[in-house]
Amino acid sequence: MTDLSLRAAGFKSPVARQRLAKRYRAEARFRSYGVIGLSLTALFIALLLFDVAVKGLPAFVQHSLAFDIALDPQKLDPQGTRSSANLAEADFLQPLRDKLLSYFPDVSTRARRKALLGVLSTGAADDLRETLLADPSLIGRTVKVEALLSDDADLYFKGTGTVITSEAATGSASLTQLPEEQRFTVVSTEGDFARALAEIKRQLSRRADDFQAGAERLRAERQRLETAGGPADVLQKNLKSLDLKIGEFQTRATDLRDRALAANAPEKLDSTVPSLLAEVNSGLIKAEEIASDRLTGTALLLPASLGLAAPGTWRLVTYETPESSRQIGDQEVAWLESLKRQGLIRSHFNTRFFTAGDSREPELAGIRGALIGSLLTLMVTLTICLPVGVAAAIYLEEFARKNRLTEIIEVNINNLAAVPSIVFGLLGLALFLNTFGLPRSAALVGGLVLALLVLPTIIIASRAALKAVPPSIREAALGVGASHQQAVLHHVLPLAMPGIMTGTIIGMAHALGETAPLLMIGMVAFIVDIPSGITDSATVLPVQIYLWSDLPEIAFQAKTAAAIIVLLVVLFLMNGFAIVLRRRFERRW
Amino acid sequence: MDASNTTVIAPSTPSIIAERVIKISARNVDVFYGAKQAIHDLSIDIPDRAVSAFIGPSGCGKSTFLRVINRMNDTIPSARVTGTIEIDGENIYDKRLDPVLLRARVGMVFQKPNPFPKSIYENVAYGPRIHGLAGSREELDEIVFSSLRRAGLFDEVKDRLAAPGTSLSGGQQQRLCIARAIAVNPEVILMDEPCSALDPIATARIEELIDELKQNFCIVIVTHSMQQAARVSQLTAFFHLGFLVETGDTDEIFTNPKDKRTQDYITGRFG
Repeated sequence: MTDLSLRAAGFKSPVARQRLAKRYRAEARFRSYGVIGLSLTALFIALLLFDVAVKGLPAFVQHSLAFDIALDPQKLDPQGTRSSANLAEADFLQPLRDKLLSYFPDVSTRARRKALLGVLSTGAADDLRETLLADPSLIGRTVKVEALLSDDADLYFKGTGTVITSEAATGSASLTQLPEEQRFTVVSTEGDFARALAEIKRQLSRRADDFQAGAERLRAERQRLETAGGPADVLQKNLKSLDLKIGEFQTRATDLRDRALAANAPEKLDSTVPSLLAEVNSGLIKAEEIASDRLTGTALLLPASLGLAAPGTWRLVTYETPESSRQIGDQEVAWLESLKRQGLIRSHFNTRFFTAGDSREPELAGIRGALIGSLLTLMVTLTICLPVGVAAAIYLEEFARKNRLTEIIEVNINNLAAVPSIVFGLLGLALFLNTFGLPRSAALVGGLVLALLVLPTIIIASRAALKAVPPSIREAALGVGASHQQAVLHHVLPLAMPGIMTGTIIGMAHALGETAPLLMIGMVAFIVDIPSGITDSATVLPVQIYLWSDLPEIAFQAKTAAAIIVLLVVLFLMNGFAIVLRRRFERRW
Repeated sequence: MDASNTTVIAPSTPSIIAERVIKISARNVDVFYGAKQAIHDLSIDIPDRAVSAFIGPSGCGKSTFLRVINRMNDTIPSARVTGTIEIDGENIYDKRLDPVLLRARVGMVFQKPNPFPKSIYENVAYGPRIHGLAGSREELDEIVFSSLRRAGLFDEVKDRLAAPGTSLSGGQQQRLCIARAIAVNPEVILMDEPCSALDPIATARIEELIDELKQNFCIVIVTHSMQQAARVSQLTAFFHLGFLVETGDTDEIFTNPKDKRTQDYITGRFG
C-alpha cells in the first residue's frame, strides 16, 4: 500500500510532469505527421482533379456557325428523286461554302477562299447530309444550319486565341489603296502609331543588347582559345569560324541598335511581335510597316470606302499574342471576330463527344467507340472472372485439403496478383492471338486478358469475404444436418456475396483503367467505327486517352482531359457502387 | 498413467440410468487434436428423455465430447476419435454412417445464439426443407409453428415471422436456435453452454424450456454453472483435464460426491 501511494505521489513530481509533457509532445508530433501526410495527399488529388477539370471541361463545349441556308434542289438533287443514294452523293459543302463566302465578298483568291473555308470543320457538310437524309423534304427550303467550326476556330472561341485590345484613335485618318492587291495605307494626322512604333524600337533595342551580349561571349571564347593554344592549323580554323560569328553578331547588334535609335524611321512588323491593325471604314488593315503617322499593310477585311475617317470613328486594334505563337493567323482571327460580331457563332454542349467514335479531326472525335469497347471488354472480363474466381475461392477456402499442392496454388495466386500487367498482355498475345487465332484488337481478347489480370484480385477478395463469415453460421447449418456443401452454398456464400461483389467491382474498376496489356493485343489501333460485338475491332477508354495524348493537334489535349474526366467519373461511380453495396449488405453477427 | 487420473465410473449405476432407456453409450473414447489428447478413455451412458449435464473447469474436454456425439469434430481436420459411441446401439463412427444424417438426428444448440441472418420463419424452416420433412407449404408451416411453440417462442414472434432472426433479443435468439434444432425432429439435443451469453431471466426461460423438452428428447448440456446443472439435469458428469472423473445422479453428485476433485470443484475450491 505504501508502495502504491508513494508511486501515486510520484505522478505529481516534476520528473513525472516532464514525462507527461514528453508524452504529449510525442503524441502531438505523431498526429501532425498524419495530418501532414493527409494534407499532402489531399493537395495532390485536388491539384490533379483541378488540372484535369480545367483542361478537360472546355472539351464539353463546341462552337458552331449558325446561319440560314437555302437548299437548292437543282444542285443537291438534280434528278428530283430525293433518294438516299442521290443525296449521299450530292455536294453539301457547296451551300455552306457559298453562304460563308457571302459574308466576305472580298475573299476572291483561291488561297484566301481555302483559308476562309478552313474555319469550318470538314464534318459540317456531313452533318448537313445526315440532316437531309433524315428529312429529305427540307430540300428546296431555307433551313437553319449549325455548321461545326474547325478545331482551331473552336479553340479560338474557348479563349486560347489572343487578347484583343482596341482603342479609339485621336487623329483623323486618310485611307488610300496601294497599287498592290489588298494593300492600303492609313495616314493619321495625330501620329497615332507613334506609341506602337516606340514599343517596337524598344524591342529592337533589347534584341540589339542580346546580340551584343552574344558577341561579347564569343569574344571571350576566342580569347580562351587563343591562350589555350594547340595545333596551329586547328586553332586558326576555329578562330576563323569564331571571327565570322562574332562579326555576324556584331553587325546585327549594330544594325538593330541603329534602327532602334532612329526614333522616327519606319519599322516593319513581323509575326514575332503583337499584331497591330487599323479598323478604318469597317475594314481591317493589318500593319506590315509603321511610321509614327503612317501604317501600311494588307486588308484582312476590305474597307467599305476609301478616303477620310474622322477622329473617334476609326480604331487601333492589337492582337496581343504574336501571330507566330498562335494556332490561328491574323486573317482567321479577323474573320472569326467579324462572324462573332454578326452574332453567328453559337456555343453548345458537345454531344458529339458522347455519340461519335474516334476521328483524326479533334472537333469530330468522340469517346463512344471507346466507351462501348470498354463496356464489351468488361462484360467479357466479368463473365469469365466472376464464376471462375468465386468458384476457385470457394474451393480453396472451403473444400480444398490443406496440403503442399494447395499451398503452392495459394502462394502463386498471390504472386499472380503482383505480376506486371504487361506480362498478361504478352501472354494474351502469345496464347489468344497466336495460338488460338482469336481476332486482334477485339474486345473478346481484351476481356480475356483482363480476366487473367483481375482473377487473382477476385479470388483473394472472395476468399477474404468467405473467411469473414463467422464459423458460427457454418456450425449452425451443420448442426441442423446440412452437408458441408449445403452449409457453404445456402449460408456462407450469400453472406460473403457483398464482400465478393465489392472485390469484383474494384477488380472491374482496375480492369477498366488498365492500358498496358491491351496495347500488346492490338487494342491500340485507330478505330472509327463503334464496335457492335465482342469480335469487332475496338479500343477502350484508357487506351483512347493514351492515343489522344500522343496527337499533335492542340484540341486533342482538351479531348484527352475530357476523356480522363469521363473515365474518372465511371471509376468513381463503380467504386461508389461498391461502397453502397458494402454498406447496404454489411451484417453484424 | 497416474492412478488418481484413471476414469472412475460410479461404482453403482446411477438411478436415472436404471429408470430410463440408455440412449447414448460411449466406451473407451479417446479424442486427439493432432498429437494432443483431449479426452482420455472415456466411457459413459446417457439416458433418454432426461437431461444430462457435463460440468468441469475450462479445457476439461466436456465440449469436445459433446461435439464428438454428433461428429461435429469431423470438421476439424486434425481431430481423431477412437473407441465406440453408440446411439440406440448403432456405432456413430461406423464408416457407413453418414455424419450429415447423424447431425439431423443429433441436434445442437451453441454457446452463442447463432440464428441464420434470415427471417425467423426461414431459420426454422431450413432444416425441414433440406431434409424433405414437409411435402407442402402447409406442412412446413405446421412444422415451423409447432417448433416455435415447443421452443416457447411462437407467441412472441407470430406477428413478425418475416423479421430477421438476428433482430430478436439474445434469449429469443437462443430459443429460436432451439426451435431450429427441434424442427428436424432429432432424438438427441446437444447444448453447449446455451445460457452463457444470456441474462438471468432469459436463462431461466431456457431452463424451463429444457425441462419441458426432456419429455421428448435426450438432452445433453454442457454448463459452467453448477446451479444450472443442479436445476435442470438428472445425470451429472464431472470432467477434469480430459478425464471423466465422476458420473452420477445429479442429487448424488452435488450432495455426496465420491471424488475429492468433484467435491473441490462443486464447492468452488477450483474451477
